[in-house]
Amino acid sequence: MLIVACIKQVPDTTQVQIDPVTNTLVREGIPFIVNPYDTHALEEALRLKDRFGCTVVAISMGPPNAEATLRKALALGADRAILLSDRVFGGADTLATSHVLSAAINKLHTEVDEVGLVLCGKQTIDGDTAQVGPGIASRLGYQQLTLVGHIENLDLSAKRIRVSRKLEGRHEIVEAPLPAMLTVVRELNRPRYPKVPMRLAAIEATVELWDNQTLKLNEQKIGLKGSPTWVSKIFSPERVQGEILGDGYADPEGTAKLLIEKLLAKDMLPI
Amino acid sequence: MTPNPSIFTPLLIASLAVFAWGCWKRLSLIMLGAPENRFDSVGIRIGQMLKYAFGQKRVLAKPFGLNHFVIFWSFLILLVANTEFILNGMFPQSIKLVKLPFEIYVPLAFMIDIASLLALVAVCIATVRRIVSPPYPEARSLDAFFILGLIATLMLAAFGLNATELAAIMIRSNSDPVSFLSVAAQIMPVSARIAGLLPPAHLGIIHAGAWWAHAFALLTFISYLPHSKHMHILTAIPNCFFRRLEKPNTQPREEFVIGNSFGVASVDRYSWKDLLDSFSCTECGRCQNVCPASITGKPLNPRAVVHDIKVNLLENGSLLKRGERPLTPLIGEGGEGSISEESIWGCTTCGACMEACPVFIEQMPKIIRMRRHLVETEARFPEELLNLFENMEGRSNPWGIAPSERTKWCAHIETRPFEKDTTEYLFYVGCAGSFDSRSKHVSTAVALLLDKAGVSWGILGKDEKCCGDSVRRLGNEYVFDKLARENVALFAAKGVKKVITQCPHCFSTLKNDYRQYGLELEVIHHSELLRNLVQDGRLNPGTKTAEFGNMVFHDSCYLGRHNDVYDAPREVIKAATGSAPLEMERSRDNAFCCGAGGGRMWMEEHTGERININRVNEAIKQQPDTICVACPYCLTMFEDGLKDVKTEGVRVRDVAEVMAEAVLR
Ligand SMILES: Cc1cc2nc3c(=O)[nH]c(=O)nc-3n(C[C@H](O)[C@H](O)[C@@H](O)COP(=O)(O)OP(=O)(O)OC[C@H]3O[C@@H](n4cnc5c(N)ncnc54)[C@H](O)[C@@H]3O)c2cc1C
Ligand code: SF4
Ligand code: SF4
Repeated sequence: MLIVACIKQVPDTTQVQIDPVTNTLVREGIPFIVNPYDTHALEEALRLKDRFGCTVVAISMGPPNAEATLRKALALGADRAILLSDRVFGGADTLATSHVLSAAINKLHTEVDEVGLVLCGKQTIDGDTAQVGPGIASRLGYQQLTLVGHIENLDLSAKRIRVSRKLEGRHEIVEAPLPAMLTVVRELNRPRYPKVPMRLAAIEATVELWDNQTLKLNEQKIGLKGSPTWVSKIFSPERVQGEILGDGYADPEGTAKLLIEKLLAKDMLPI
Repeated sequence: MTPNPSIFTPLLIASLAVFAWGCWKRLSLIMLGAPENRFDSVGIRIGQMLKYAFGQKRVLAKPFGLNHFVIFWSFLILLVANTEFILNGMFPQSIKLVKLPFEIYVPLAFMIDIASLLALVAVCIATVRRIVSPPYPEARSLDAFFILGLIATLMLAAFGLNATELAAIMIRSNSDPVSFLSVAAQIMPVSARIAGLLPPAHLGIIHAGAWWAHAFALLTFISYLPHSKHMHILTAIPNCFFRRLEKPNTQPREEFVIGNSFGVASVDRYSWKDLLDSFSCTECGRCQNVCPASITGKPLNPRAVVHDIKVNLLENGSLLKRGERPLTPLIGEGGEGSISEESIWGCTTCGACMEACPVFIEQMPKIIRMRRHLVETEARFPEELLNLFENMEGRSNPWGIAPSERTKWCAHIETRPFEKDTTEYLFYVGCAGSFDSRSKHVSTAVALLLDKAGVSWGILGKDEKCCGDSVRRLGNEYVFDKLARENVALFAAKGVKKVITQCPHCFSTLKNDYRQYGLELEVIHHSELLRNLVQDGRLNPGTKTAEFGNMVFHDSCYLGRHNDVYDAPREVIKAATGSAPLEMERSRDNAFCCGAGGGRMWMEEHTGERININRVNEAIKQQPDTICVACPYCLTMFEDGLKDVKTEGVRVRDVAEVMAEAVLR
């Protein structure tokens, strides 16, 4: 059985700044990271591999340099890594992205082995739409289990999965037949740290490249052409200049008092 | 009658065989270790061996060291007497020291007699000490008492032998006992006095008894030696010869290519010198008595680490020789022969153990190599470290703060970028100095002082990366290697030659570790630079003693023990305050760690007393108004510790802050 982990390369948003003049993201020199939620999706796939011996395939759609992201997956223990990259995939919104990803998963299913689970992050830290996972599920007709915080049970012979969904203030236990698509939250697990011998092996390993020659998708349904939404403007809301109330280092107690008074005055302390 | 070669010779051969077998077994085990070159600078090495093995310089540094010195040198002298005894046992009457020319024989016999007495006294003192107040509780071992007993037996038997022989000569020559013994006492003062007490009728039986007692004690000693901790008699001397000549403040590089293994999880991955170390341990316990982890009740004990490596080697050696898997894991539950992970993670890499060890055993590097195995091969480490490792790799700082924030500390002062060919000093601010809200004050103080003194300096700003100290000491050599290569390339591209650091960890790493990457920098710790600036008259502190009150200084391990900088911070304090700082009980090379080194800064301390509390309590004994430090980690550890011991009115300041208060007001 295959477990597919969808991982996206995202800019390290804590380091992204918005150009105040052009209102666009300043991406130069910003390192790319694996979307943090996706590291948890990959980790869960690897844990299931450790327990049940499934094969883990990591896939990512992105520009050629997204290969680095997939090498990280290999270093952590993924069996295969596939980069979905082609000029015609570029500029995709969530609709077009999930179209390409689901086509790739379907190809794995028909040509390699039965896909049991697709694991996605809850959302990305750059696009933040949380739509790609569900988009994949609906295209492939998979069960859709979002916001998974814990896998309660996976029964491979009965082909059923029971998970706990982490919702605001409550947990929901749901059960579904396989194949299923899960989007995962950070509470699910603690990602492992790569071992050096595997990192070194991953540097030499092959990341397979699937372009549209491989997937043969209708160009009207992918990339910019297949994307009804586009980002027209990005800007950061203007911030009012703050006010220095006191010197907490010189007078910690007095400054704390001052702060409490201010917060109380604005009714921002729940008393 | 007495020496019977037909009994003695086979016994001697048997015990020599047991001795040789024991030595050979150990030597062949040592040879299992990986190669390491310790054959350079032979002249210096011989000098070191004479000073430390024969001169016992480090042994003498502690009480009871003199006692050991006496036993050691008595043994060397008594080698002559014992060789005579053995030859005489095989070929009775043929070989005798008496047959030597009179001028040689007399002083020799005198020395032997006195050495025997001194050894006997020293052995008695050692026995009483081990019973009354042993260096550590387990030192009351059967092994130790057995050997002490054997040595005492040897000495007593030797006196018995010499005394009966003197008495026999006296009787044979019909001499007047008083005059004979008074002459004899000039040659063998002790034996002659004993001779006067012996009953003439029983001389034969006493002599026979003494001879055989001596023979058995000697042969037992010979056979037992290589199988006990007393093997160090043979190995400590070469161990001093093969000691690491430079300070053990760095770890060797690893080569990251496929097929290599990383770190040590099996004794044969250590170098032959590491294995020789394990057979050279005298089990004196000096290392554990200075180890901050041992003292505060953690499972780490550097003596036990060395001992466990030896036991593991003895247990697994024959399997390893056959290329089979070892039975006892080196990293395991912590029983004899195994070292627990908690021990391995407990080390602050303070170096106190290595500074104390009389025979130059390198405990700390062995611990780091086990950490390397855990981190690099097993990816198993305390969970607090996961974030640290990822932050270091992803954002080049321990907290994972965006590199663009590196310059926030200097937002309100005038700073400048380091310019190739124009700026003299790179001020390498360091992660703590850039991001830690308390340490930022120190960075500011340093910057203002540099400006005041008119030093040409600049910073790398957002291009500065962590030096990698913590990850290297934590065994994450892979990430260290990445950081080091990036930094070295950056420094080379920027033409950096001189660097100021305000953190002993950056200081030591840039200065010592980066040399392995071919980068020779002139690195100066801010305390040294400030001292120089005062000496050159470029900073004028005046005298303002009162404002600082009592000031006690804490030595940082990576400044002091690892780099021998003890005086500079003290001189800065003296210049700034008008008086030398107060000293804690444990200071300079004997200083006690704050608990943050070796990456412990980023880990929880679950077991025993907290190390920083122990040190804070020691500092408070001096009733200071200010505790002065020269390291951002020490600063944090002392400020945290002071909060916990609830002392009012004691503040912690970096030397730069002290100087700034004196100069900039
Ligand atoms: C600032 C910004 C705003 C955007 N806003 C919109 C918008 O409003 N509407 C819109 O349609 N598009 C939008 N896009 C484009 C959108 O990000 C991408 O087109 C789409 O590929 C992924 O959507 P997402 O990043 O929100 O993913 P999400 O739906 O948040 O991602 C969920 C999970 O799906 C998987 N996944 C997502 N993308 C990939 C991939 N490329 N490869 C592998 N796995 C993946 C991951 O497991 C991920 O955790 C925006 C992009 C940016 C940078
Ligand atoms: S380096 Fe310090 S903490 Fe580590 S074993 Fe030696 S004395 Fe103990
Ligand atoms: S390692 Fe050195 S200091 Fe420690 S017990 Fe052995 S000989 Fe003594």
